[in-house]
Amino acid sequence: MDQPAHRALGLTDAEYELICEKLDREPNGVELAMFSLLWSEHCAYKHSRKLLRRLPTEGERVVMGPGENAGAVDIGGGCAVAFKVESHNHPSAVEPFQGAATGVGGILRDVFALGARPIAILDSLRFGELGSVRSRHLLDGAVRGIGHYGNSIGVPTVGGEIYFEAPYEHNCLVNAMCVGLARQKDMVRAAAVGVGNAVVLMGASTGRDGIGGASVLASAELGDGDEAKRPSVQIGDPFEESKLLECCLELLKRGLLVSLQDLGAAGLTSSAGEMAAAGGVGIDIDVARVPLREADMEPFEIMVSESQERMLAVVEPSRLSEVLAVCQKWQTGATEIGAVTDSGRVRVLRDGETVGDVPVEALVDGCPLYDLSPAAPEGWIYPNEDVLAGRVAAGAGPDADPADPAAILRALLASPSVASKRWAFGQYDSLVGSRTVRRAGEGAPGGRPAARDTADAAVLQIPEAGNAIAVSIDGNGRRVACDPYAGTVEAVLECAQNLACAGAEPLGLTNCLNFGNPEKPTPAWQLDRAIAGLADACEALGVPVVGGNVSLYNEGPEGPIYPTPVVGMVGELPDSGRTAPSAFAREGDAIALLGPLAPKLAGSELAKLRGELDIGLPQPDVAAVAAACAAVREAVRAGVLASVHDVSDGGLACALAEAAIGGGIGCRVDLQPLRSRGCSPEEALFGEGGGGFVVSGERGELESLAGDGVAVLLLGQVGGEAIEIAAGERSLSLELGAAETAWRSLPEQLEPGS
Amino acid sequence: MLIRPKEGILDPQGKAVERALPALGFEGIEHVRVGRMVELEADDPERLAELCEKLLANPLIEDFEIETIDGA
Amino acid sequence: MLWGVLQFPGSCDERDALHACRLSGEARLVWHEERDLGGVDAVVVPGGFSYGDYLRAGAIARFSPAMEAVAEFAAGGGPVLGICNGFQVLCEAGLLPGALLVNDDLRFVCRQVELLDEVGERLSIPVKHGEGRYWAPDSMLDEIEARGQVAFRYAPGQNPNGSARNIAGVTNEAGNVLGLMPHPEHAVDPLTGSTDGLRIFEAVTGSTA
Repeated sequence: MDQPAHRALGLTDAEYELICEKLDREPNGVELAMFSLLWSEHCAYKHSRKLLRRLPTEGERVVMGPGENAGAVDIGGGCAVAFKVESHNHPSAVEPFQGAATGVGGILRDVFALGARPIAILDSLRFGELGSVRSRHLLDGAVRGIGHYGNSIGVPTVGGEIYFEAPYEHNCLVNAMCVGLARQKDMVRAAAVGVGNAVVLMGASTGRDGIGGASVLASAELGDGDEAKRPSVQIGDPFEESKLLECCLELLKRGLLVSLQDLGAAGLTSSAGEMAAAGGVGIDIDVARVPLREADMEPFEIMVSESQERMLAVVEPSRLSEVLAVCQKWQTGATEIGAVTDSGRVRVLRDGETVGDVPVEALVDGCPLYDLSPAAPEGWIYPNEDVLAGRVAAGAGPDADPADPAAILRALLASPSVASKRWAFGQYDSLVGSRTVRRAGEGAPGGRPAARDTADAAVLQIPEAGNAIAVSIDGNGRRVACDPYAGTVEAVLECAQNLACAGAEPLGLTNCLNFGNPEKPTPAWQLDRAIAGLADACEALGVPVVGGNVSLYNEGPEGPIYPTPVVGMVGELPDSGRTAPSAFAREGDAIALLGPLAPKLAGSELAKLRGELDIGLPQPDVAAVAAACAAVREAVRAGVLASVHDVSDGGLACALAEAAIGGGIGCRVDLQPLRSRGCSPEEALFGEGGGGFVVSGERGELESLAGDGVAVLLLGQVGGEAIEIAAGERSLSLELGAAETAWRSLPEQLEPGS
Repeated sequence: MLIRPKEGILDPQGKAVERALPALGFEGIEHVRVGRMVELEADDPERLAELCEKLLANPLIEDFEIETIDGA
Repeated sequence: MLWGVLQFPGSCDERDALHACRLSGEARLVWHEERDLGGVDAVVVPGGFSYGDYLRAGAIARFSPAMEAVAEFAAGGGPVLGICNGFQVLCEAGLLPGALLVNDDLRFVCRQVELLDEVGERLSIPVKHGEGRYWAPDSMLDEIEARGQVAFRYAPGQNPNGSARNIAGVTNEAGNVLGLMPHPEHAVDPLTGSTDGLRIFEAVTGSTA
């Protein structure tokens, strides 16, 4: 070995010395493996923990906050909704099918570890541009993997987003969100308590999955051809998880468990460590009792294995036989492997002999937390490429004029980040569980007339509480790169806007922060500013952060990814029957723009296609957007709106086109009223920004929505067979059929050679 | 045991593999069929055909072949 | 009217089926290890991924004690409804003719489809499966059609998986066992979809009267 083991495992010399200090000696191999994982960025949040303390985490509806397996909010009727989002970026870049599948598996476990039955999955995916074979391969694998796991385990996938941008080419993002439902009295925390209680490992057997880097500690040399023994890819088994899920929920319903924690990153080490830390106790683990998939695994391997579909439970000795009986009924493994102690230490034993012994506090909370050295970049550091002429030609023919607004609209609608993602969502079961009233995106699960199918957020009925919830997941990379503070505020507002479209009031937020290398000044600055934006937006909206995840070091030789905060929100609504579609419903309905939207081209899809991206973004008016959300929410609940659609990618022209396509009816509007907001015709058509809702309905009703701090600009009428937008010298008319062809062109763009 | 889709049944997996081959530089390959392989140790090899017919293969849509790897 | 809905490890849609059955009677879950159906009037073998679809969809479930009881029940003329994975289980068990193979485009598909029943009435019901392509040798298909065993076909242009002769559902010769790939239990509530699925449950209920 040409470098000290600790460096090969990713620990700095200073961190190693600190470990020696805390142990009062040098760590042995098992202990070094445990520290190297729990003190890694992924587990310890070394570079982000101090910043995350800024986030507001409290609220009267919060039942579980950050620090538990997932967050949870009270939705009445004795019920709580648990939810969380997590990343699985690096494994998905290696093997997208299994990476995405096990990402779903992991987030499901986080939710049912609380005692909540998973009732929905949503996914936020980001890849490089579609022209790249690699990106198409990753997209295909990830979608199949999510479908494979979610469909097999019987949890509907009801929403998500997919984006394609060059900075993600070598570092794709796969963020999976799960929502679950629980009776509050059945919920359980992760803290291990009760000295003398048994520690039970449930689920699949333990193999060498995910050991990877820690393999430098192996005492036995593996020969050539033995690489297969150390799989770097974790393989998910949804059938195994389905049995484990039912088993855990039954155990919790019957009050047989003291606490429960899922095994994720760093396997047994992190679960045992975190359970002990939360409970202020110690834990003994006898690795000889862990059911193994491979014979002759060493203690350190058993402690850091990331084999999937496993849970750790604390059980009172008097209830142990009942627990084992339930596990047997569900055909899922269960073995007593240790005990809760009052030692304040995690002790690893093998057949009674101690092979590792570390203080809990040192392992779980002793990792040094680092300050960042942020510095704003001088200008735009990401690629800029002018592809508009090519995109226009692809959609409208080689003679089309790239300056023609109708041709630009077609190019935007066909832009993979904007176009319909039905190709992906059609591969997910969105029906199982019979709760799905609306799937986010177009195409209702149950198939009523097209217009009623469309929605900006997923809506799930909760008969147990007599109401319903709406869920959305929204992220932004490019706009956050323009201005990390404003862009992140916008991402939070976007989520709230989507919930408002469903008539829902936000109850809580979860987030996944996907950034580059925090030891470098620019990503450090991006992270710092983004978290500030997240904190301020949540504070202003009164929405607590109940949990989340951070994924750093997403960068390659060409630089970091776009700074990408992904936000997931859950809201409640009283009546799932009263949720307006996003598509125009009736000929003759008036169309208006509700909210403070003052669109600009900065950070827009059009600026991207023109290769004109740059730093700078208008600062969102949070109060005005919040007021608009409230107005829309009330209007939807009152049944006053025929349709409502949030304005986002591609701007107002795309939002109008999407509403028209969904409803199968055109529109005739004039954007003149936007002049009063200082928008040029092109900005009015294709500019982007927060705070815009395209609403339709009876004219008088729409006008009456204007009021305290809520602006309503009447734009025109639903009707005809084209999208006709008057915008001064940039007026356009695009036939509905052509618009739909462009918007539905993603499948052809995915064909190889296109 | 090697289990293959019967001739005459559409095998989309086989077709997908066959179509992808030229792009990867493999010419002159046709009639790809994708099946399953089951390996096991048996005390009584006499019953293996029955096991195949009843469980491991569906005789309506699949053919099977039994190979002994180690006759010990 | 008492329905029995089977439950295997890996079943997904049994609760949805239970709920749908309760709209036209009473219903209980039948655990796969039970040999006694408990006096039910009709049986539903639900959708999902019993045993993870390992080996072949339905191949393992069909050997369960509960399925042995269902085979006896069916032999005695009892009505049995197999939905999606349930259809696959019934075919593997030999209670229905034919087999279900992987979709011709190799992708899982979840969408609304239009079906035609034996008298040409249209129903709008969702499908969601990765292995729903119905197949049988031509001679068997000729017999099935001649004996009026084709219960449902996908309407023209609506075949989501390449099923032979657009067959979406079949019955056994005696007519008391019905299997179909589409999910009627997901079409019983106007809030979450169409209500055409109710007709299928009612037809089975009607046959026990």
